[in-house]
Parts: sequence; C-alpha cells; structure tokens
Amino acid sequence: MGELRLMKGNEALAEAAIRAGMDAYFGYPITPQSEVLEYLTREGYNRTKCTILQAESEIASINMVYGAAGAGARVMTSSSSPGISLMQEGLSYIAGAELPCLVVNINRGGPGLGTIQPSQGDYFQSVKGGGHGDYRLIVLAPATVQEMADFVEEGWDLADKYRNPVMMLSDGALGQMMEKVELREQRDRTARKAPEWATTGKPVERDRNFITSLFIKPEEMEQVNLHLQEKYRTIEANEIRVQEMDTEDADFIIVAYGLSARIGHKVMEIMRAEGVKVGLIRPITLWPYPYATIAKAAEHVKGFLSLELNAGQMVEDVRLAVNGRCPVGHYGRMGGIIPSPEEVVEVLKDMYSKIQ
Amino acid sequence: MENSMHEVEHHYDEMSVVCERPSTLLDARMHYCPGCGHGVAHRILMEAIEELGIQEQTVGVAPVGCSVFAYHYMNVDMQEAAHGRATAVATGIKRCLPDKYVYTYQGDGDLAAIGTGETVHTVNRGENILIVFINNAIYGMTGGQMAPTTLLEQKTSTTPYGRESSFMGNPLKITELLAQLPGAFYVTRQAVNTPVNVRRAKKALLNALKYQKLNKGTCMVEIVSNCPTNWGMKPVEANEWLVENMLPYYPLGDMKVPSKEDIENA
Ligand SMILES: Cc1ncc(C[n+]2csc(CCOP(=O)(O)OP(=O)(O)O)c2C)c(N)n1
Ligand code: SF4
Ligand SMILES: [Mg+2]
Repeated sequence: MGELRLMKGNEALAEAAIRAGMDAYFGYPITPQSEVLEYLTREGYNRTKCTILQAESEIASINMVYGAAGAGARVMTSSSSPGISLMQEGLSYIAGAELPCLVVNINRGGPGLGTIQPSQGDYFQSVKGGGHGDYRLIVLAPATVQEMADFVEEGWDLADKYRNPVMMLSDGALGQMMEKVELREQRDRTARKAPEWATTGKPVERDRNFITSLFIKPEEMEQVNLHLQEKYRTIEANEIRVQEMDTEDADFIIVAYGLSARIGHKVMEIMRAEGVKVGLIRPITLWPYPYATIAKAAEHVKGFLSLELNAGQMVEDVRLAVNGRCPVGHYGRMGGIIPSPEEVVEVLKDMYSKIQ
Repeated sequence: MENSMHEVEHHYDEMSVVCERPSTLLDARMHYCPGCGHGVAHRILMEAIEELGIQEQTVGVAPVGCSVFAYHYMNVDMQEAAHGRATAVATGIKRCLPDKYVYTYQGDGDLAAIGTGETVHTVNRGENILIVFINNAIYGMTGGQMAPTTLLEQKTSTTPYGRESSFMGNPLKITELLAQLPGAFYVTRQAVNTPVNVRRAKKALLNALKYQKLNKGTCMVEIVSNCPTNWGMKPVEANEWLVENMLPYYPLGDMKVPSKEDIENA
C-alpha cells in the first residue's frame, strides 16, 4: 500500500509527476489549474532537482516541452482551455515530430474567456485534432483524484511507448476537489536513459539526430503520414480503456466520461432502485475510443444517453458506434453548470418512456 | 580540351589544401540562392564549433525561414522549431541539458515578428544559449514580404510603394532592445558581406560560444545579411545595397560586452 493522502486533484497530479520521475515542467498560470505550477515550484526542484519553469505564455510552454522532449526528457505541461487552445500549433508539431510528452487540460467552460467553472467542452479539440493536420493525441479521461495521479505515469509510459503526445483531459471540478489518493513510490529520475533518437549531442560514432516535422517532398510527407496512421491503428488495437458497469443485463446505457461518469453512476443507482435496468459505459481513453464496447452493447439495449458537460460532442462518437441500431440521446449542461443526478433521471425517464 | 583538363588535374595534385569543409558541415548541396548570406553564416558558425571542439556537446535549433533546413547542413544534433519559437525550444533543451552548448539560428521574421515574445523573455531569463540572428530585412522564404526589419522606403512584395512609418511602423532594432536586458551577456552586430567582416563575425561567434560555458546569460550575434533574390538584385549589387542602406541603420559593432570581472568571476 502506497502513501495515503487527502489531496486536491491538481496537487495529486503534481505530486504524482514528481514521483514518476518528471525531468521538466513548463507552464503558465490559469484558473482552475494554477495549483499545479504552484505545487511544483514549491516541491519539484527541492525534491528531485527537476526543471520547473514558469513560461511567458502557453505558446512558449508547449514549445519548451517540444525542446525538452526532443532532448529526451520526461516532460509535462498543464493548462486550462484557453491556454490549451494556444498550444495547438505546438501539439501538431509534437505529434508530427513524434515526441513523447504529457499535456494536461483542466477543462473550463467556453467559448472565449468563458468561465473558470468545470466543463467538457474541449472534447472535440482533444480527440478530433485541434491543431492542423492528420494527427492524434492519446487522450486519458480521469474520473477521480486517484486517476489524476495514476494517469501521470501511465500517460508518460504510453507517450514513450508510441513516441506520441498524451493528453489528460480532466476538468475544473476534478482539479479542485479533494479526495483520498494513494501515491506511488518515488522513481529515480536519473535511472531513465534518454532515447537514442534524442538530441543530446552527437557522439563521433553516430550520425546527427534531428527532430523535425518538415518533409517538403510530397512522396516523403505521404510516407510519414502513412507511418503515423499505422501507429494510430496499433494504438487503437492495443490501448483502448473503458469501464463497464452493470451493462450485461442493462436495457439502457449511459455513456459518460470523467466528472459526468460520476453523475451517471448516481443516476444509474437511482434508476436501478426504481427497477429500471440502467448500465454505464465510461470511456477512459477518449482516443482511442471504445467503439466496439458500445457497438456490442447496442445489440441488446433499447437506447443510450450520452451525458456530457457540453452541447453534445462525444454523442457523435456514441452514434458512430451504435450505427443506428437504437436511439441515442444527449444531455448536457454548459457554462460551468453541473447537472444534478435527479435532473438527469427526469431526462432519462422521459427518453426511456418514449422508446419503450 | 582533353589536354587542358589533364593539366588542371595535374596542377591540382601539386596544390596543398588550404581550405576544407569543416567536419561540422555536412557534404550536402545547400539550397540557398547564389550570393545569399545564409551559406556563409552557416559555414562560420560550424567552423567555430569545430575549432572549439564542441561538436559532440552542441545542440542547435533551426527556425522556420529560408534556413529551415539548417539541420541538413549542420552536422550537430538539431531540432526544427515552429515559426518564431526557436528560443523557447532552445530553453527546453538547455534546461534539460545544462552542460551542452545550445544555439538557435533565426531570421528576422522568425525572431523579431512572430517570435518577439519568446525572444525577449528568453534573453530576459538570461538563458545560457547563443542566438544567431540573420537580419536580411525581408521574409526570404515566403517570397519577399515586409519584415519587422525592412527599412523605410524599402520596397517588398507587401510594401510595393516602399515601407512608410505612419502606416507600417519603423524598422525594429531588436538587437539594441535586447542589449538593454540584464539577462543579455554578450550582444553584437556583425555582417558577412566582405572577407574582413566574415572573419570578425566568426570571431564573435567563437567568443559567444566560449562565453556560454560561463553560465552568465544569453549571447546574441546579429548578422546583417542579404537576400539577392527577393531584393531583386545580383549578389554584388545586393552587398552594395547592404552597405549603403542597411549598415547606416544597423551599424556594426558590439552592443554589450562582458567586463573583465564578468569573465574572471565566472
Ligand atoms: C505560424 C506560421 N506563420 C507563417 C508561416 C510562413 N512563413 C514561413 S517563413 C516566414 C518568414 C521567414 O522570414 P525570416 O524569418 O526573415 O527568414 P528568411 O527566410 O528571411 O531567412 C513565414 C512568414 C509559418 N511557417 N508558420
Ligand atoms: S530567398 Fe533570399 S534569404 Fe532565401 S536563400 Fe534566397 S537569397 Fe537567401
Ligand atoms: Mg529574413
């Protein structure tokens, strides 16, 4: 059993990053995730001599991440929605140059400057691209403070395994709420060796390494794209993570991730107590997406409800998976409003009565 | 014809090699236009790295601009940065590899327009890197648009009637501006239009790289360069235009030099 602590999601994330052997963090303050930078400036260097730097902007942060990742470091940045928008060009470059890193989005309500309250309005941006070109981020969606801590090291391991940027898509509620968290052991960050492709200075015996996403000849650029697509297919085959709750006997399924999944779980309990067999599918990886799990459930349920803190984004993927086999509804609140389970129960009952 | 070829070869055999490609420069054909300053600047930077024997400890950052392919010519580990972000990328590298020599190589659009924020803050933090700044008063790569450093009245594809200050602002002396920052350790402006200037510019690069080991702050070497293609001139004309127009506004020389104590106390 690891060390137990009561922590805010943002602090658990920062603590987990130190323990996972982070070499560098670059970030810029923005609510509701500034605690990450604050915690790390307080604890990071003192504990493991890692680099913690407050950058002048999120554009600078993500490009510092690019440099550090290219130099072989285990590196992270975190921000919230407007800041993540600023990082999109950099993320596309990082994906194009195949650099491993972890980017955390503590999603707040938008569009524009929006609100500092929680939201899941950045689903499209995270899983469908956001930046330019055909690339993918591996997207992990924690639903607890524990997962915010665990997904740090797991995210980096995935990033290293596939030389691909990983995004943790959390939200302002999970970042701010306090829960019990079991922390992992401190890793020796000096034990991790820089990968052989990293720009660490060219010894005489090897050719120079260079990190680039530029392939000016179309034939070459196409090959790079084909290689990326092949990698993405491998990730889709191996890395889908999903949690199913009471789906075997379910007549109706709620699909929800992160904070919404917690609400969905409560809704499920209320409905089951009233005799309606509701199940829950919680995608943990938002890309790669658990289409097959949903498709399989679609063979025996009467309908799905995609519960999200947005105007209906993930519901498009649920519909793709269901492929017309049964009705798919969406319920969401926006602007930082979190629906109560009772409110969702009403929506679900209404939908359920219509499809009976 | 055959005879003369033979003679040339014979003659060559008897010559001793006085000038070789430095080992730090790859045997690749550069894509730069004839007479372009980029090629010379690449060469002297790589000569400096070779002479200091630091090829194995050096990591470079290429910009977006005509020198975007610098990593095809420079035989050191390199990263290609997004447009304007070279010094942020270099910061990421240097903070993780503090014992390495890290440099950026950037054009005026890259460093002084889209990347101004990164440039100012990198120098303000006093990152221990070398910034090589190629000022050719134009956007070479994209076909000759106005740069922040474009001179007043200079015609470019986006200032077809000449740059006018009330409308397009004034040519930005970013190097002077950066020299004001406490984080800057050594700031100088050089050129590569004549053999003497080439030698001076190389000396400046040598010094800047040596200073990097002192961990005293950012070194910046601006190189006033040309763009015969987009200036619409022959190489020789371009260098004449450079002397007559660029150098009066961008005078050559040191803007900030380390004091003796700076160097001794390091
Ligand atoms: C975000 C972004 N905006 C614009 C461009 C297009 N672009 C490429 S190079 C360049 C200007 C380069 O000029 P400079 O930095 O002076 O370099 P030079 O080619 O003159 O050496 C521009 C605008 C780009 N690649 N990326
Ligand atoms: S366009 Fe101008 S800067 Fe670019 S290579 Fe040609 S001469 Fe040099
Ligand atoms: Mg230029």
